[in-house]
Amino acid sequence: MPDLYGMINVPTILWIDEEGRIARPNDVAFGSNDFKEMTGIDSEAHLERLRAWVRGEGPAMTPEEVRAAQSLPTEAEQEARAEFTLAWWLSQRGHGDDAEPHYVRAGELAPHDFTIRRGTMLIRGLDPMGEDFMQIVNEWTEAGNTFYRPLEAASSS
Amino acid sequence: MPDTLTLLHDGGSDEITVADLARPTIPADALEDTLGWDLQPEGLCRGVACVPVDQSALVREDGLDLGVLADALQRPLVTDEKHAVAALGASHHDRGQALASLEAPDFTLPDLDGTLHSLSDQRGKKVLLVAYASW
Repeated sequence: MPDLYGMINVPTILWIDEEGRIARPNDVAFGSNDFKEMTGIDSEAHLERLRAWVRGEGPAMTPEEVRAAQSLPTEAEQEARAEFTLAWWLSQRGHGDDAEPHYVRAGELAPHDFTIRRGTMLIRGLDPMGEDFMQIVNEWTEAGNTFYRPLEAASSS
Repeated sequence: MPDTLTLLHDGGSDEITVADLARPTIPADALEDTLGWDLQPEGLCRGVACVPVDQSALVREDGLDLGVLADALQRPLVTDEKHAVAALGASHHDRGQALASLEAPDFTLPDLDGTLHSLSDQRGKKVLLVAYASW
């Protein structure tokens, strides 16, 4: 699904209308405020918009707005996904040492893709919830990047 | 001596016989069944769409050069010669075009009981698609 939809982190949400068309592209939204202190993202704003859309009381985005807000997959991201696919296949067959350079290369090609960087930590013997994860997040944010980038933040910057 | 290469592509895999793992080929007669493309005089074709390709580079004595094929289709190819496996990724162009069409790509996943569900099963309803992970 990350490959099909160009997802690079979780949570990622999309709205899909009755005709199977994307009515809101990849966005960051939580179902509750359990992680609000950590993420700074209030779940309620999205939930209110979602409820209104489902009830027919509020709009989705127009097709032009959806396209303008989409981040379409890049060549480097697709190459990173191919590296990940190969590495995962090797890991599953007990060739973790040979998989490692491919995981590293995937991270170099798409350092912003945490479905790969964080999603492969456990199988690489790293802790996706602890210090190993915090280290890559800190490196990422200290370099001036944002870990979670909701559509509203992207459009206001 | 020929080797067997595992080619990972499009969410599945195929075993193909290759003469040289360092420069793998795919048998010309397996191209359509494996990747859905057909080699025609005008290039690589699928349905009405054709992609130009340097056929002098593509066609080799032992089959179609997988690297040239991947380049022509703008698909990343990553190989591991030691384990005789290669991953042919999706083209960023194809993925981007599909998403920009706004037609939500269909997929099928199992629920906790193993029952398969497709996104297209939900046609006629509004859908909130949530990707999450427990890591």
